[in-house]
Amino acid sequence: MKTLLLIAVASAVVNNVVLSQFLGICPFLGVSKNTKTAAGMGGAVIFVIGISSFVTSLIYNFIMVPLHIEYLQTIIFILVIAALVQFVEMFLKKKVPPLYQSLGVYLPLITTNCAVLGVALTNVTKSYTILESVVNGLATAVGFFIAIVLMAGLREKVEDNDVPQTFQGTAIVLVTACLMSIAFMGFSGMI
Amino acid sequence: MKENVYLERLKNGLITENPTFVLMLGMCPTLAVTTSVINGIGMGLSTTVVLVCANLLISLFRKVIPDGVRMPAFIVIVASLVTVVQFLMQAYLNSLYGALGLYIPLIVVNCIILGRAESYASKNPVLPSIFDGIGMGLGFTFGLCCLGAVRELLGSGQLCGFQVLSLSWFTPITIFIMAPGAFLVLAFLVAIMNVIRKKAAAAGKPLHEPVGCMSGDCAGCGFAASCTGKSSDKTEGKGEA
Repeated sequence: MKTLLLIAVASAVVNNVVLSQFLGICPFLGVSKNTKTAAGMGGAVIFVIGISSFVTSLIYNFIMVPLHIEYLQTIIFILVIAALVQFVEMFLKKKVPPLYQSLGVYLPLITTNCAVLGVALTNVTKSYTILESVVNGLATAVGFFIAIVLMAGLREKVEDNDVPQTFQGTAIVLVTACLMSIAFMGFSGMI
Repeated sequence: MKENVYLERLKNGLITENPTFVLMLGMCPTLAVTTSVINGIGMGLSTTVVLVCANLLISLFRKVIPDGVRMPAFIVIVASLVTVVQFLMQAYLNSLYGALGLYIPLIVVNCIILGRAESYASKNPVLPSIFDGIGMGLGFTFGLCCLGAVRELLGSGQLCGFQVLSLSWFTPITIFIMAPGAFLVLAFLVAIMNVIRKKAAAAGKPLHEPVGCMSGDCAGCGFAASCTGKSSDKTEGKGEA
């Protein structure tokens, strides 16, 4: 239990996936214009990473290890993730329309989110068990959620400010990310 | 005439459509590995190798791969090449492999590679595609090098591991080689490019607009074809395409 808690805190805040590992920068910059869409994206990422870290660690432990094909991990993981996202999208559309309404738009974007593949590969590198992998995946995704929602909140405020013309647009967003990253460094002493 | 195509491709990748400065593609590795010049070069060159081989293979097979499954096919080709590069680096450049770590397998999801595959290699003959890969790859390497040089110089007073600024008068601004520094350097790069863009537009030669997720639209992204969530900020989804 203690290990799981440590993994969760470490992945969610200490080594925040966006602000210290630079994974998932694209949606972080692209989908953070308002809090509502940011929360939708964050929710979709939690959903997909949760499922994908479970499925990839199952495949790794029960198919790839017995067959000694661990070296194919990159190829297999990216294909599994792409297929999984499609499958989840179809399933939600058919069976859980309300959830599809709120997450559907974001699901296809997530295949390209390097955080999903990054988590799957980290789980293998650190030889986590299946339970630890799921916890690590969910915590990483929660870290993403925190970062993107905070970012969206800040961007809504920045809209009202008088930003120097040269820094308008992406530049001021990156400066904001820099300051958030400094703030998140405050967690680094925790573990 | 023929040589012009190749030179034009090289120039296109290095200058006109430089992936880092102009198109703003592949930002994840750009931010993550530019803590030093050496890491930047290592990442840039491994991406170049994958890019050139992927362009070569995809251009060779462009008539064989059915249109409906071309994205998965490209991904398999790129992922196999990345695996090969990963093992070669692990065997021969182990310290660099240690420094780049997770970001080597993540070359698979680098939007430059699938972007080029989709927009150039899948439509053009083999040789120009190879040169396109070389140009783009070197452009990316150059971009990573510049960012790496700025960060290494300010963060530790070194260049390629040699002490350039004497520590007797220069206090290294360590934050530049840590995570926040990456965002800050990139912010200034974007700001500088904004100025250059404006000047170029005023001179009547506008630069190519950024195409990656940085610009908020997915037009230049390699996944654009398979991705139904274009213009990601619209909450009202268009549903299945």
